[in-house]
Amino acid sequence: MKVCVTSSGPDMDSPIDPRFGRCAYFIIVDTDTMQHNAIENDAAMASGGAGIRAAQTVASTNVEAVITGSVGPNAHPALQSAGIKIMTGAVGTVREAVQKMKQGQLQQISTPGPAHRGMGMGRGRGMGGGRGQGRGRRNM
Amino acid sequence: MIITVASGKGGTGKTTVAVNLALSLDGAKLFDCDVEEPNAHTLLRLGELDAQSVEMPTPHIDQDKCTLCGKCAEFCQFNALFVGKDRVLVYPEMCHSCGGCSIICPEDAIEEQPRKVGTLFTGEANGISLVFGELNIGEPIATSVIKAVKSRMKHDEVNIIDAPPGTACPVIETMQESDYLLLVTEPTPFGLHDLEMAVNVVKELGIPHGVVVNRAGIGDGSERKFCEERDIPIVMEIPFDRRIAELYSVGTPFVEDMPEWKERFRDLYGVIEEVVNSGE
Amino acid sequence: MVSEIAVISGKGGTGKTTVAAALIALSEDTVMADCDVDAPDLHILLKPDVKRKSDFSSSKVAEIDPEICIECGLCEDKCRFGAAHPPEIDPIACEGCGVCKLICPEKAISMRDRVSGYLYESETRFGPMAHARLLAGEGNSGKLVTEVRNLGVSLAERNKSNMVLIDGSPGIGCPVIATVTGIQLSVIVTEPTLSGIHDMNRVIELLQRFNVPGLVIINKYDLSMENTKKIEKFCRQNGVDVIARIPFNPIMTRSMVALQTMPEHAPNHEITGILREAHQEIVKKIEK
Ligand code: SF4
Ligand code: SF4
Ligand code: SF4
Ligand code: SF4
Repeated sequence: MKVCVTSSGPDMDSPIDPRFGRCAYFIIVDTDTMQHNAIENDAAMASGGAGIRAAQTVASTNVEAVITGSVGPNAHPALQSAGIKIMTGAVGTVREAVQKMKQGQLQQISTPGPAHRGMGMGRGRGMGGGRGQGRGRRNM
Repeated sequence: MIITVASGKGGTGKTTVAVNLALSLDGAKLFDCDVEEPNAHTLLRLGELDAQSVEMPTPHIDQDKCTLCGKCAEFCQFNALFVGKDRVLVYPEMCHSCGGCSIICPEDAIEEQPRKVGTLFTGEANGISLVFGELNIGEPIATSVIKAVKSRMKHDEVNIIDAPPGTACPVIETMQESDYLLLVTEPTPFGLHDLEMAVNVVKELGIPHGVVVNRAGIGDGSERKFCEERDIPIVMEIPFDRRIAELYSVGTPFVEDMPEWKERFRDLYGVIEEVVNSGE
Repeated sequence: MVSEIAVISGKGGTGKTTVAAALIALSEDTVMADCDVDAPDLHILLKPDVKRKSDFSSSKVAEIDPEICIECGLCEDKCRFGAAHPPEIDPIACEGCGVCKLICPEKAISMRDRVSGYLYESETRFGPMAHARLLAGEGNSGKLVTEVRNLGVSLAERNKSNMVLIDGSPGIGCPVIATVTGIQLSVIVTEPTLSGIHDMNRVIELLQRFNVPGLVIINKYDLSMENTKKIEKFCRQNGVDVIARIPFNPIMTRSMVALQTMPEHAPNHEITGILREAHQEIVKKIEK
């Protein structure tokens, strides 16, 4: 399976960047072979709508899931409409995050965290683990 | 005549000056262009208000015609569009209404529809006519509502505009076409610094201007030196006065309780008129 | 994890920066970020020593090549911002949307980066500081706010400090949204005037939308007890704590004129005591 990890550097041992829209790099990883390549996130410097533009970049890579810290209210519906799963609460390096996902230790979430830089919001809320019935929906 | 009251920063007494000036002149109309935080009406006794929506064209996608080619999202400089697997998402609050996406769409799948971004209020208050706008919370682009407020001005009348604070684009939008700018400042280092920023903008726009010093007498006089150096007249000084501060806090314009100030504001208008007429 | 706390005010002139500066003087190991990028003031009090300066470019601006332009007028027609006056573009009015470039039949228009301000990394007597300056007439301060915040957080990480104190901008527009999204706590400085109340209500509404907890400080509370009571009632109803009431006293202005923070200017003054308590409340709230 192909996944995208938001990262602060261009390789597998870079720490992940918890911000989806404004992360420095996207690392695209094939979880079976651990082959990977890095894409710079040109949305990191966008004045507005970074999450939306970042989602568009990720959507064009045909990945099945995104692994990140948290996803804002704009990027969330975008990733969903592109059919991409959102796994949040990742910490450590890109490699560790992928391992965790393989062991089923990340949560798939259905409600967005706060925009720009989420702090664990997605983590607490996503406890339901992929049941996916966005209850605590934000009133945006 | 259009007189805009501005300041490099909020809280200098800009609104107080605008309101008191308008109340002192016969037949003046007051326009509050601080659409993010319209305040002038909180200093006045409002009569009936007429409310009208301010709308902006925003794209609407005909998902049947759309082939998901991605051109619209690629074009949009403001990231207001997202092309997904089976539909295009529009983020109206990001859209600047430039119209580009509907031009670029090869399938003619985009049609623009009006979307409410704020409200325009018109009415009477304390015997003068008041127009103000209010931007919807969460809307990032103020200029459309400012334009709506300004569209109610008549050039052959006395129009007093309360500008938004700062020096960013909404302020420029407000100042355009003014005959005279009153820059309100306070005699503190902050005030002076903000005045300098405002003066830089005003010089760029090339509009005649003068300074009103509010809470005069608490500083070290550096604002006078600054104005002298930059060759800007100080056209009024309002002293640091507890009475004025108290009247302000309960929402009473001070000219109503201190009529001698009405006279001073009229004199101020006389000075402005002279400058504006001599420029033509 | 670095916590970000923003001091905001809805309306200008409520004493926000004076309060923010006092809080900085009372904190240890805190990085400052002046996100009031439209009218940054904190540096006047803190006199930062600039260590690094970088260009800030947020948007594009259109440019017509007069050699190629045939003055057909199409761009003027299609520009919704009144910025295209061939063979010239009014850079102040131009939003950089790119429509003119799209429709120009002669390909006479190009888009270039617009330098709209500078970002500074500095040292002050209270620690590191991130701040910025927007060139006059430049918009898009929301993005610059985000950059100042990013710089503040990276300065905090570098200095092993766990808190960034942000001096936010007034209003409820784009720069404020950029200031409060994803922060941990916001301190609202208000005053008992009708406009102060009106604006505070709007700010609290905004904070609720962005899931950011707020605390309120009422400045000059004794100017109108009636309005102060109204503020307190509104806060109670909205689950927002009022953590301090500061009386009207020219010493706040005097400390500013002396270019000092309150704790430096009048360490034993009643108001400094009130600010000290407010600071402790804020720390308590963050630790929770
Ligand atoms: S009108 Fe302009 S800003 Fe709005 S979505 Fe279309 S391209 Fe983007
Ligand atoms: S440009 Fe038109 S056809 Fe292409 S994705 Fe956008 S709406 Fe659909
Ligand atoms: S559309 Fe192109 S050719 Fe026509 S006036 Fe504008 S810049 Fe000149
Ligand atoms: S880029 Fe957009 S705003 Fe600027 S001149 Fe061209 S059409 Fe007008």
